[in-house]
Amino acid sequence: MSPGFRNALPVMLFLLAGFAAPLIAVTWFSFMPPRTFAFTGTPTLENYETIFQSTSYISFLWSLALAALTVVLLALIAYPVAYGLVRVFGKWSMLATLLFTIPLFVSENIRLYGWVLFLIKNGVMLGTLKTYFGIQAESILFTLPAIVLGMVYVYLPFMLFPMTLGISMVPQDTRDAATDLGASRWQVFREVELPLSLPGIMIGCLLTFVLAVGAIAEAKVLGGQQIIPITHDIEIAFTYSQNWPLGAALSVLLMLVVGALVVLVLRRFDLDVLLGRR
Amino acid sequence: MLQKHANLMTDSQPILSLKSVRKMFGPHAAVDTINIDITEGEFFTIVGPSGSGKTTLIRMLAGMDQPTSGDILLRGTRINDLPANKRPTCMVFQSLALFPHRTVGQNIEFPLKIRGEDPAKRKVRALQLMTLLRLPESYYGKNVMKCSGGERQRVALARALAYDPQILFFDEPLSAIDYKLRKTLEKELKDIHRETNKTFIYITHSLEEAMVMSDRIGVMRDGKLVQVGTPHEIYTAPRSRFVSEFVGDVNVIPVTRAGNGRLRMNDSGRELVPPGKAPEFASGHLVVRPEYLRFLKQTSDADNALEGRLYNEYALGSRIQYQVRVGENVFVVEKLRQQPFSGKLDDKVIIGWDANDGILVSE
Repeated sequence: MSPGFRNALPVMLFLLAGFAAPLIAVTWFSFMPPRTFAFTGTPTLENYETIFQSTSYISFLWSLALAALTVVLLALIAYPVAYGLVRVFGKWSMLATLLFTIPLFVSENIRLYGWVLFLIKNGVMLGTLKTYFGIQAESILFTLPAIVLGMVYVYLPFMLFPMTLGISMVPQDTRDAATDLGASRWQVFREVELPLSLPGIMIGCLLTFVLAVGAIAEAKVLGGQQIIPITHDIEIAFTYSQNWPLGAALSVLLMLVVGALVVLVLRRFDLDVLLGRR
Repeated sequence: MLQKHANLMTDSQPILSLKSVRKMFGPHAAVDTINIDITEGEFFTIVGPSGSGKTTLIRMLAGMDQPTSGDILLRGTRINDLPANKRPTCMVFQSLALFPHRTVGQNIEFPLKIRGEDPAKRKVRALQLMTLLRLPESYYGKNVMKCSGGERQRVALARALAYDPQILFFDEPLSAIDYKLRKTLEKELKDIHRETNKTFIYITHSLEEAMVMSDRIGVMRDGKLVQVGTPHEIYTAPRSRFVSEFVGDVNVIPVTRAGNGRLRMNDSGRELVPPGKAPEFASGHLVVRPEYLRFLKQTSDADNALEGRLYNEYALGSRIQYQVRVGENVFVVEKLRQQPFSGKLDDKVIIGWDANDGILVSE
């Protein structure tokens, strides 16, 4: 046994038990007969048949669409903020970073219920508008925009920090050299800064996409179940309907779809090439 | 020394003039009242130890920093506030600052792309420059990060030349390169200077490097230019101990003018014959380069002679250096390899030099 293998062994065992084993268990369970609770049944494709004959694809599409929309909005919002943190805010960027981090210490559900109080009819926002300015407006709570708002809000740090890292990794010399060679600020940005910070952007996008596809609380709390994402279907299968194999099959499909997308993106944007390592 | 091109000899308007240029960082003057005129087509090198302000100076010349006071004139026009991307100058950075996400060709074409030249023309120019810098044509599509250190140097220089600057700045581009390749690249750079006829302003901490390439050298210390001259002048007539010690090993003897016009060594009190012209000298140092020191048979064989003990010898390629201890002091003597000194370690030896081979410096 090589020393490298020996040293890696504890981590490998931990990953096997903590990461691989549950995945294998869920995958195996997706082939068990419907509404059974044991690993010992005869493997069957019945759960997958049920899914493909049902309308679950709508939930899948909602989840993917919401996640994609969240990622696009986050990229547009987070890049200027990340740019500011690295290049503009100077000594204030520590404080700003802290302000973006502190909400992470509060449970996601509590923060979402905070938004409910803020957005609800006669709540913080509309109540204030009505009482002090006499403005009557419809609440966006329990609509699609509220869900998107919640997701963008919750996943902002996961986009922001990889982007910040990506932008800070662009060497000052390279930017100076581009300017020295005649480039305007916009040209420096387009030709040097943006492509060189792309790894950070890609990592942020992947991270937030994977997290957003798995989002459930936003749709429940802020969406008032107007929209049912796939995660909600999975939760129902495991709880109310007591159909673990069906839930497992849905989970496996979700993992396959997300995994395929991630692999596609990583193929298209090789991080090493972007970083100039190859 | 070889005769330079005619345009170097004419006293036309300087391409770049610095008038009392200062850069303050808080109360500290990083660059302190610098005045120089750079002639068109000159290879001018600024030499100084780290922290002497040379990088700050060149960044101001390139437009990446503004002077606190003073003027920078390009062909007589004040360019203090002209940003780097508007100046007809270009810099080769210490880090080279190549664009790692681009190929060799794309790196070289960058300034042309920025100018909006069409791709076919860009490629022709890039390939021309690659030929000039001896980069194989097949490198055009190669990722620049896959190139070796020396190749990257050439790409960085080609990229700067593609900008077609009137002045090229170099911020110690060779400092991170190993000795042998550096020696090759120094000569190549001087050849490129000849080929292109452009004005080169180079900064380095190595006077040796400066000597190889430059038409003129400015030595910087604590933000000030302490001496400007040709490599020959800097070598043979340093005006301070600092400058003299910048080129390799020298023998520096602290001396005071004695009443009889001679020099008195501060430690031993021994009297020495001064070099001919030193009328105003009161006290300071007598500098003798190791190749001017000789081993003597008797003390009367040279104007100045000292007795000491042979302590060690060092082979320096074409020369051999001997360390001789005279009392507390250490002297170095150099001889050509073909004419070595025959003696044993710890032998008593006499070393000496002719009065006019010494250089008096007051600092």
